[in-house]
Amino acid sequence: MEFPIAGVTINPLVLIAIGFLVGILGGFFGVGGGFLAGPFLFWTGVPVNIVVGTDLAHMTGKSIVASNRHRTLGHVDLKLGVIMILGTVTGVELGAQLIELFEEMGNVDLIVGISYVIILLVISAFTAWESIRAIRMIRSESLDVKDVLAFQNITKRMHGIKLWPMVSFPGSGILSVSLWVVLGVGLLSGVLAGFLGVGGGFLRMPLLVYLIGVPTHVAVGTDLFEIVFSSGYGTITHALKGNVDIFIALVMHTGAAIGAQIGAVSTRFFAGPRIRLLFSALPLIGAILVIIRLISGGEGI
Amino acid sequence: MDIDSSKIIRNFLIELVVYGALVVAYFILVLRSLGGWLTSLYDNNLPVYSIVALVLIVVQAVFLEKVTSFLIERLGLERLE
Repeated sequence: MEFPIAGVTINPLVLIAIGFLVGILGGFFGVGGGFLAGPFLFWTGVPVNIVVGTDLAHMTGKSIVASNRHRTLGHVDLKLGVIMILGTVTGVELGAQLIELFEEMGNVDLIVGISYVIILLVISAFTAWESIRAIRMIRSESLDVKDVLAFQNITKRMHGIKLWPMVSFPGSGILSVSLWVVLGVGLLSGVLAGFLGVGGGFLRMPLLVYLIGVPTHVAVGTDLFEIVFSSGYGTITHALKGNVDIFIALVMHTGAAIGAQIGAVSTRFFAGPRIRLLFSALPLIGAILVIIRLISGGEGI
Repeated sequence: MDIDSSKIIRNFLIELVVYGALVVAYFILVLRSLGGWLTSLYDNNLPVYSIVALVLIVVQAVFLEKVTSFLIERLGLERLE
């Protein structure tokens, strides 16, 4: 099938398959999946500039489908999501400023690349370590719970900050936490996302769990709710620059919409620590892709 | 897996088939009826194109989901909630 905007001919079944795969991952882990869909799209011959914008467009639709499904399952904390968006948007801007600062200093690609790999490896290792401990805890203590954290020190410290105004998030089972903590976590995820040039889903999900103490299922759903807005905004800005092929996005979304529903519903059958353990592989894959790019001298995505 | 769970999963699979058919039909409809217009919009008016692109994706996600829910309700099937 010919896609006149991107100027490429691609088998639509390949695009549907890519969308389906990324949709399942997105619905299950609460990530946009750009770090996987991007290289796949590039591999099909789509020009680099159109890869990013088109990926964001299909991500918007997929996140709407997945977050809506998570909402019906009670996995979206709307209040938390809205507050996080405020922090994230500010953070993305700060991250972008940071990039400009490094650009003036030179070697920005190397600095961003190395930071990206280190952050992803730390997230992957910590999440894997913690989730394995949590699974063992559930087994050895025969806990009848859907979710448990094996490492609560940071969460307790965050909840111990009594800086006015205090807010509650009944949807996440959080009775009282400083608004500034939530905004700060949003800001941190935004800075990292803006600095690294990614959507930030795989950064935000663990931050929500480990820093704010949000149950894993709710973190996944709430993260997807945020991605709707961030990728929607990204779609508009990229489309204005001519970087969105809506036909490719719609074909990809055909598979992604189905995959996202399957991914979201599948979370019902997994306990929180198991989702986190499986999630820990994602940043590792992302890190490997960036290492390959750095070694190959920045060719491809 | 108890009877209720398998029934709900069966309903979910039916829902996916209905939704999948609608999503594919929607894409074909957009391609056939708006294909030429969207391409010329991309070449001549990017601000309008960007809004239309976002609307098309949002409609594919939101509207078709609503239609599916409506059809599933009409079929008397229980949704996975």
